[in-house]
Amino acid sequence: MVNLPLHAAMVPGFPLLGALVIAALRGKLKGNAAGMLATTMIGLSFVVSVIMFLHTHAEDGPQVVNFFDWIHIGGMDVPFALQIDALSLTMMLIVTGVGTLIHLYSIGYMHDDARVSTFFACLNLFTFAMLLLVMGANFVMTFIGWEGVGLCSYLLIGFWYTKPAYNYAARKAFVMNRIGDVGFVLALALLFSRLGTLNYVEVFDRAGSLSVEMVTVVTLLLFVGAIGKSAQLPLFTWLPDAMAGPTPVSALIHAATMVTAGIFLLVRSSALFSLAPFTQDVVLWTGLITALLTASIGVFQNDIKKVLAYSTVSQLGLMFVALGLGAYSAAMFHVTTHAFFKALLFLGAGSVIHALGGEQDIRKMGGLKGVTKITYVTFLIGTLAIAGIPGFSGFFSKDAILMAAYQEHPMLYAATMAVSLLTVFYMFRLLFLTFFGTYRGHAHAHESPLVMTVPLMVLAVLSVAGGLLNLPHLFGGHEPMKHYLETAAEGIAGEHNYLSASTEWILMAVTVGLILLTILLAYNRFVKKTTLDPEPEEMSIFSRLIARKWMVDELYAFLWERPYGWLSTQFYGILERKVMVPITLGAGRWTQKAGKAARMLQNGNMSFYLFGMVVGIVVFLMITLYGG
Amino acid sequence: MDGMMTAIRVIPLEHYIVLSFILFSIGMAGALFRRNTIIILMCLELMFNSVNLLLAAFSAHHSDPGGQVFVFFIMLVAAAEVTVGLAILVMMKRNVDSVDINQLNRLKW
Amino acid sequence: MLYLFYLFAVISVLSALMVVAARSPVNSVISLIVCFLSIAGHYILLNAQFLAAVHIIVYTGAIMVLFLFVIMLLNLNKITEPSKTLTTRIAAVTAGALFLFTLLGALRQGVQITAAKEFDGSTGLVKSVGQSLFSEFLLPFEMSSVLFLSAIIGAVMLGRKDRTPREDAPTHPAPVERRTKKIPA
Repeated sequence: MVNLPLHAAMVPGFPLLGALVIAALRGKLKGNAAGMLATTMIGLSFVVSVIMFLHTHAEDGPQVVNFFDWIHIGGMDVPFALQIDALSLTMMLIVTGVGTLIHLYSIGYMHDDARVSTFFACLNLFTFAMLLLVMGANFVMTFIGWEGVGLCSYLLIGFWYTKPAYNYAARKAFVMNRIGDVGFVLALALLFSRLGTLNYVEVFDRAGSLSVEMVTVVTLLLFVGAIGKSAQLPLFTWLPDAMAGPTPVSALIHAATMVTAGIFLLVRSSALFSLAPFTQDVVLWTGLITALLTASIGVFQNDIKKVLAYSTVSQLGLMFVALGLGAYSAAMFHVTTHAFFKALLFLGAGSVIHALGGEQDIRKMGGLKGVTKITYVTFLIGTLAIAGIPGFSGFFSKDAILMAAYQEHPMLYAATMAVSLLTVFYMFRLLFLTFFGTYRGHAHAHESPLVMTVPLMVLAVLSVAGGLLNLPHLFGGHEPMKHYLETAAEGIAGEHNYLSASTEWILMAVTVGLILLTILLAYNRFVKKTTLDPEPEEMSIFSRLIARKWMVDELYAFLWERPYGWLSTQFYGILERKVMVPITLGAGRWTQKAGKAARMLQNGNMSFYLFGMVVGIVVFLMITLYGG
Repeated sequence: MDGMMTAIRVIPLEHYIVLSFILFSIGMAGALFRRNTIIILMCLELMFNSVNLLLAAFSAHHSDPGGQVFVFFIMLVAAAEVTVGLAILVMMKRNVDSVDINQLNRLKW
Repeated sequence: MLYLFYLFAVISVLSALMVVAARSPVNSVISLIVCFLSIAGHYILLNAQFLAAVHIIVYTGAIMVLFLFVIMLLNLNKITEPSKTLTTRIAAVTAGALFLFTLLGALRQGVQITAAKEFDGSTGLVKSVGQSLFSEFLLPFEMSSVLFLSAIIGAVMLGRKDRTPREDAPTHPAPVERRTKKIPA
């Protein structure tokens, strides 16, 4: 039915082909040609993914496709292999599906950019790397994709490289990701030294032979990698800055796909994480603190994309909470729905920015619901979805996490609830300030073209219907996604639901009630009075602290950048200027001097050469005769 | 013939060795001493001959004709060398109008 | 016999010194011929008749005549050679003397010279040398003819007048005018 190697190769192959072709023809593609080509390629990739999803029977267990022996050194044997199972298929569908829509949207969004071909080449390359990441059959394959998406993220954040601040943001993202990657690489080295293999199937089979301490160390290191990629505390500061990139990039890379790579890695390695309770606690608390911290920052942000960025970090934090609780299916479910509605929100924000000619400050927006109707409706749907209004996809996925939290401890439930209420508040603040009230800016607003609004509509439909993917028993569903994923990730099979139906109903009612109250509060504050944030100087100390993002950037500057800068200066002043430079320059000078001296010997005078020869022979004879 | 054969034994080998040493040193000192290229070539011939003499003496004392065959080959090489050397000399005379070896000092840095 | 050796030795050393010391190149050549003749005498003393004959034919007959030819053709017999500086001369003599004493010292230090086990007086005769040359050393003998050929070609190439255009000459030189011999009427 399905030629597995061929189809598996086609999925990442098409975007790679697209990237290469566009890069090769960069100067020759006119108008929308690059965008069309890129979109076609990823669209084909999506079609193949769907075919594979329908016909590969992934629920029978993982199928590994070996293409060739890639690294074969000593005892190390890493094949170039892709793994097709429920988890990778789910991620493939998200990446290619959402990716196609965002590519399509980008045609409209980037149409007047001079380097549009470069943009689409990078975007396709990113898709290729992301697919490699999720489809890899061993840790090394995943690592290539991991680095590849990091590279593309760097390239695309700094896409408008003429602005120094954007370059700084790109570098920041790159460096922060590298910190995480160190953890990842160390984890791989440790795993290999203990198990002698990096293939997922074999590693998870033999995981039981590892001691608890070893598993804890390995999983902690893997989690460090995930922290870097998924922007969790303490490495989350790069993601809000990454909003420097074009908005479709923010939607694709920094909301829907790349930042979920950390979640994916943890779910993929759930067999390891299930063996390390301590790591799970670390994951739980890291996720929770990140979620709370960034959700609170989101309330005070005035840049439309920054709000969404902090929202993303906060939602990722929630997913890590779920992972920490062992609710892998809930996390994956939230990854999926989050990909839908956050991509929708970002693209909607992009549409607004596009409509206002580049304006990103929500204090200068307002009243757009009459002008940009499609954007407004779809943005509203996205907001309702992320807020968790019953019926929308976010409700089901977030509820799954909340339930898992309540199962652990009611206080945890309260904390996650606080996160989701903060989310509701700042999201409705964003919605109200952007689309309600009166227009406070000066630009001439207009609705975006169809090529941009169609993806919005499709994503809006998905944001509504996404919940059906994993409809809980409570609503007459039977959690199809969870059962599908069970076949791929060991951890999911071990999940149990202890809560009675009545408890769940009560919790749900409480949740919905609180959400509605919060919306009302936001409505009073931002629609009836249109309260704009004052300047930071006029705020209370606490608010000012939050508005300054909890001073995390300043803290890092104090903790790392300043000592590092001081150390570098010292090294430059003492080690380099006083030691290294004299040595290196001195070596050069002495070589020159020696050369000049030696050059005197070659004076072209043959008698002199003869004389030298004779002296040499005499000395040689003397040494052989009397020296020994 | 017998007289000739005994002569070889009457003259000690060391005599020939010393003689060839002296001739070789004279040739070498001459090569350093003179500036006329043609004299230097002659000094080279002198050194060849001192070696030839030594080889012949050893050959005779060891009753091994191989040494004398070697002398024969050295003569061949010397003849070839002189041919080429003198041709170079002619070229040199034609190009720089001198046979002073110090004129050939352009092959340097 | 020993006296004969000493006679030849003194002649060869003195004539060798003359080669170096003579002001005129022709005198040097004559001295060298004398030196070679005395060395031929040594060969005869060593009962190496074949070598003696070849030596006279090749060296005095061919090589030295070649030297003389060149000197006379190029008209080199003028005593125009500027002598080297005193330092160089001293250095040259010192180097030669040093070399000689080093070699003599090596000889004194005990190079063991062993005589042949069974003495064969006919070693240097044409018969034995010829047998050795055409059996054991046949290949080098044949190769030496190739060496000679290349030496001849090299000498011809070096000695002929340079008629090829130089590299710095224009790529399209003006057509060479044909030399027309004017026949006197």
